[in-house]
Amino acid sequence: MQNSGIEVLFEGSNFERLLGGLLVTIEISFVSIVIGTVLGIVMGLLRTLNVKPLQALLRLYLEAFRIIPILVWLYVVHFSFTPLLNIDISGETTSILVFSLWGAAEIGDIVRGALQSMPKHQEESGAALGLSRGQLYRYILIPQAIRRMVPGAINLATRMIKTTSLVVLIGVIEVVKIGQQIIELGVIKAPTASFWVYGFIFILYFAVCFPLSRISRRVERRWQN
Amino acid sequence: MINTGELLLEVEGLQKSFGERLVLSGIDLQVVKGEVTVILGPSGCGKSTLLRCLNGLEPVQGGRISYHGQDLAGPQVNWREVRQRIGMVFQNYELFSHMTVLDNILLGPLKVQKREPKEARQQAEQLLGRVGLLDRKDAYPRQLSGGQKQRIAIVRALCMNPEIMLFDEVTASLDPEMVREVLDVILGLAEQGMTMIIVTHEMGFAKSVGDRIVFMDQGSICEIAEPQQFFTQPATERAQHFLDIFQY
Ligand SMILES: Nc1ncnc2c1ncn2[C@@H]1O[C@H](COP(=O)(O)OP(=O)(O)OP(=O)(O)O)[C@@H](O)[C@H]1O
Ligand SMILES: [Mg+2]
Repeated sequence: MQNSGIEVLFEGSNFERLLGGLLVTIEISFVSIVIGTVLGIVMGLLRTLNVKPLQALLRLYLEAFRIIPILVWLYVVHFSFTPLLNIDISGETTSILVFSLWGAAEIGDIVRGALQSMPKHQEESGAALGLSRGQLYRYILIPQAIRRMVPGAINLATRMIKTTSLVVLIGVIEVVKIGQQIIELGVIKAPTASFWVYGFIFILYFAVCFPLSRISRRVERRWQN
Repeated sequence: MINTGELLLEVEGLQKSFGERLVLSGIDLQVVKGEVTVILGPSGCGKSTLLRCLNGLEPVQGGRISYHGQDLAGPQVNWREVRQRIGMVFQNYELFSHMTVLDNILLGPLKVQKREPKEARQQAEQLLGRVGLLDRKDAYPRQLSGGQKQRIAIVRALCMNPEIMLFDEVTASLDPEMVREVLDVILGLAEQGMTMIIVTHEMGFAKSVGDRIVFMDQGSICEIAEPQQFFTQPATERAQHFLDIFQY
């Protein structure tokens, strides 16, 4: 059989290395989503309180992440802040930091939106049945808020996973970087190596993000009111 | 049968304001067990607010509400306990949108009243059967018509075995062809002797269901009369004016 170039994926430990790279990608996204969700819930709750200066501040925070590209955030934190403050943190930690802060901003907005769009009469009709404050939250408000939040949160998670491809630019060895390394070595033997490697990475991203977006769609359809 | 029998609910000099604005200025009303009171009045006169005060959804600024002789206007009232005995159905469909019909109905009986699931479920199904919706017990609110939702909201309130039911314009946001099915349920309750306070804009219904009509205007009660009397010869000019608008 003619050398098609696909063997490059299975040469040595290439396959494991690529999966390992994907793991770094998933790890950064996952940790960031968890931290971002916790911080975001707090921020979302804070944003529903009517404290003007706090509102403005949190709004500004959200806009900062919406307006300034994540790549710039990564550069600023990695190449400016950490040397300036004379602390030594890895590219991966920097990435988690930036992604967590971004996640907090977006989750905060999702939580705020879910809480503020809750129809008042749902709460009142629960109260009219004699439910206590705690029961209202437990049986009505929180389940409904979660239903409103989940699609947005999953959407954010897929965006984050995709955006982690930027962290290669601050020196994190994740799946795309490993792909590049494999191509550099393999290209002499097989000129089509880049096709196979990037094709494989394409499939990896798809395999991670597609189920998420399917779940989100199903959940949305099931919960739509 | 005006004001004979056991006094269930007594309102005296009830005052309610939103900020500076006095919305209820001294309401006096007595409800006797088994009596159907229909409240009529122009939009904004305070009918909904009055009902909401009766089960503690709005804090009041003055006056007295007593229920079975128990004072309800104080700060240390156990509203949770009172609300179990006062059923309320609102104008907007307010079924819990994330729960099935049966779960909607059982939430109160199981979580608030801590009743035996099997027995509560039996009652829920029996009530659903009575309003002709037993086959919809596993549906979600979004799968139901407005009229169906309102009938289920009534069942949900009934399943708590309340002593009195408050209805706030329960047909106001329904398509005309669904009004009937909901009003029929309420008429059925009246026949069984349920004590009710009903706010409505359906004059024909008011006439046939009410033991008496309470006419409100601008935050106070202008007139209390038997339906026959009220619709033919209202005692006040304001009531006459109100009726004229409906009978053009
Ligand atoms: N939460 C609130 N805050 C401020 N004002 C209110 C509030 N709820 C009601 N009001 C005012 O109180 C007055 C009485 O309102 P209410 O809803 O009780 O009238 P209503 O008789 O039920 O009218 P409708 O027939 O239109 O339902 C209105 O002028 C209304 O604007
Ligand atoms: Mg009203």
